[in-house]
Amino acid sequence: MDLFVDGIITAWKLIISLDAEVLAVTLLSLKISCSATMISLCSGIPAGVFLALSNFPGRRLVISMVNTGMGLPPVVVGLFVTLLLWRNGPFGSLEILYTPLAMVLAQSVIAAPIVTGITIASIQNLPANLKLQIQALGATRTQTVWLLVREARLPLLAAVMAGFGGVISEVGASIMVGGNIKGQTRVLTTATVMESGKGNFDVAIALSIILLLLAFSVNYLLTVIQQRERPR
Amino acid sequence: MTEPAPLLEVSALSVVRGGAAILDIPSFALHRSETVALIGPNGTGKSTFLLALAGLLPTAGGRIQFCGQPVVAGYASTELRRRLVMVFQEPLLFDTTVYENVAVGLKFRNLPKHEINERVNSCLERLHIAHLSGRSARKLSGGEAQRTSLARAFASRPEVILLDEPFVALDPPARQALSNDLEQMLRESGTAAIITTHDQIDALRLADRISVMNRGRIVQSGTPSEVMNHPVNEFVATFAGMENIFSGTVAAAGDGLFSVAVSDRVIEATGDGTEQGKAVICIHPEHVALSFSNPADSTSSIRNVFPCRVSKVVSMGLFSKVYLECGFTLVASITNQSLASMALQPGMQLYASFKATAVHVLRKG
Repeated sequence: MDLFVDGIITAWKLIISLDAEVLAVTLLSLKISCSATMISLCSGIPAGVFLALSNFPGRRLVISMVNTGMGLPPVVVGLFVTLLLWRNGPFGSLEILYTPLAMVLAQSVIAAPIVTGITIASIQNLPANLKLQIQALGATRTQTVWLLVREARLPLLAAVMAGFGGVISEVGASIMVGGNIKGQTRVLTTATVMESGKGNFDVAIALSIILLLLAFSVNYLLTVIQQRERPR
Repeated sequence: MTEPAPLLEVSALSVVRGGAAILDIPSFALHRSETVALIGPNGTGKSTFLLALAGLLPTAGGRIQFCGQPVVAGYASTELRRRLVMVFQEPLLFDTTVYENVAVGLKFRNLPKHEINERVNSCLERLHIAHLSGRSARKLSGGEAQRTSLARAFASRPEVILLDEPFVALDPPARQALSNDLEQMLRESGTAAIITTHDQIDALRLADRISVMNRGRIVQSGTPSEVMNHPVNEFVATFAGMENIFSGTVAAAGDGLFSVAVSDRVIEATGDGTEQGKAVICIHPEHVALSFSNPADSTSSIRNVFPCRVSKVVSMGLFSKVYLECGFTLVASITNQSLASMALQPGMQLYASFKATAVHVLRKG
């Protein structure tokens, strides 16, 4: 019990004193996960809209693959991204393995199916005749798609939250493609794993609290927006 | 004088779903400034027909021409489709203000801001929802939402407006009010309209022409009086509000009159009665008169007089239906005023009468 209480006390000290290393790790975590979320939104929303509105043979297969991908194990993603970026691998010449860029890449792969899956559900949950009504008012294809996405904006916020939540908290892929290099690729999750492995539970607890606070504040912000817009 | 070319013309249109033809329209035309009511029971293909006309549904065959140009489903004919707007049964408003909802179609057309503003405000005023301009569309009542949906369609000033059951979700007062406003807007703007409804009262109130649909086909088209007074078959007759449909046998004929035996009574009708055999006839409830004294004693022109007993009186709002037993069940439609002055009660004995010219022959032989 002492271990726990001491851990929490040290943790608060570290946070309040704005420990340089903890701060650097936190900022890098945010930078990588925010970039990865952005990339997954840019690819996942268009892909989800396309899958929700199009009709082609094999569409159901693709959608079930996306849904499976929503639960993709981060270590598997980490393994594949590592293999791709390995010195002799197909993209080895880019020399980005063990850099933050590789981590952004891996996290984007994890978040993209989550965003795509939620986008498909959000668009398909709109009233069945809404698309036809938009067309009937004289919209072009682009105008139709844009308006549908705008109508689904509140459920789409859930895609942002789930995508961000998925990547800020994953450790498997980050440690594999990032390597937890101090000052370069060390993020909150990989540092927590390392510190608790070394027996530095106070630091590990501090990092966990920050991680929780971070995840909470981002989700809180998005929830406020979502609930404010929701009709009563 | 040659008739002007129709605005919207359909030939040999068919729509197939699941291997079965759900719509089969050999020909149909809508002229400029004309309002056509498509009436028929639910699930008869009225909405499908509108979707096809609006270029929102792939057709299996046939041709739809709007101002001489073919309407094809999809985005290819967007420019053409912009002159023809469809309004769905449910309001399908966007999650924004009433103003923005009405402005949507104008923004699609990239109109300048001041023109959008002017058109939106004018439509909101004409539909009496200007005070709701800034309100969220999600906080509207059913009637207000329906009005917003109509304003959104009228704002783009279409040449043709297709309305799918515009009054279906409204209570009677809201229905009446919206129907009046819609009629005025159609008249003032000169917009041609096709309105689907399963209520013949709406059809009579708004339409220049009525087309009756059944099972994906138009079974009769004509002016309201043609369709109401001369239904081509029993289906149209039932749907046009004729409740008194009887089948019997032609008993005697001659001198432009013939008589039909129904149950053990004889009903006289006008028409050439050379044919013998079975006949189906109908009488509008409005054409049945009720009196306590035998009308044949005073006026001799009435051919059909039956002593009868009131079995049921049903109030229909502005009028009442009186069900009479006179060997067969006859329904009379009378004003509430007459109902009150005659103090009609079930069980009362009186005379029901109607002219031979009020008897419409649906089928003979």
